[in-house]
Amino acid sequence: MKVLSALAVGLIFGLGLTVSGMINPAKIIGFLDIGGAWDPSLLVVMASALAVASVGYRIVLARAKPAFEDKFQLPTKTEIDRPLMLGSALFGIGWGLSGLCPGPAISAAALGDGAVYVFLLAMVAGMLLKDGWKSA
Amino acid sequence: MTEFTPLSAALGGALIGLAAVALMATNGRIAGISGIFAGVLAPVRGEGRADFPWRLAFVAGLLIAPLLYQALGGLRPAFDIARPLGFTLIGGLLVGYGSRLGSGCTSGHGVCGVSRVSKRSVVATATFMASAIATVFIVRLLSGA
Repeated sequence: MKVLSALAVGLIFGLGLTVSGMINPAKIIGFLDIGGAWDPSLLVVMASALAVASVGYRIVLARAKPAFEDKFQLPTKTEIDRPLMLGSALFGIGWGLSGLCPGPAISAAALGDGAVYVFLLAMVAGMLLKDGWKSA
Repeated sequence: MTEFTPLSAALGGALIGLAAVALMATNGRIAGISGIFAGVLAPVRGEGRADFPWRLAFVAGLLIAPLLYQALGGLRPAFDIARPLGFTLIGGLLVGYGSRLGSGCTSGHGVCGVSRVSKRSVVATATFMASAIATVFIVRLLSGA
């Protein structure tokens, strides 16, 4: 069941990205381009997502446990540390350079533009560079 | 460059929020795509993971979504890469590395973390928004556009 629910949630998330135009790099850059013809759509997307999630999380997290698992798995760190700051800064540069980030890139892969595959391969490389390998 | 589309933005955003809540309700997880996707890479890295199946299913859902959208009658989604390939490549590297170093991305920190009022996520989101905006600004200046 948890596999089916994950599939369904991925579909809904991807539909949200598609409907809102977030899988279109031009639209992302349009938002980030405050010096140019500014498209505030991403702001509306965020506000809407936050409105739903903040109410929804409060309701769901008040429960004893999720439907198909034994417990909720929430992040435990609270400190604002250097990796958080540096990682976020680097992520932002990458996002600003490409107009893509993980979720939208995966969904956009379905549209077949080769540039998205270049992004995804590079993203995998970047993740592997950070996370490393287990020794054979 | 692109048009302001408040209605579809609001609807799409609501779906994203709904998906995040749904994943918490069913699987008890934060809908942070960088983290979920990194978990899919685990076998490549030689790390066995018991939670690989649900991660793969989630990613499959993301992949299929635009096709489902069109099957349900939606027009082919607009896509304009708007960047030279070199930018896309370097961008991918930085997004991959940065999201792992910073423990999240626009979905994990920006949507899930901020809605939970996580201090770390608010700081992370403000940071990547600022650096992204600065990057686009500098590119604009340098390209003389």
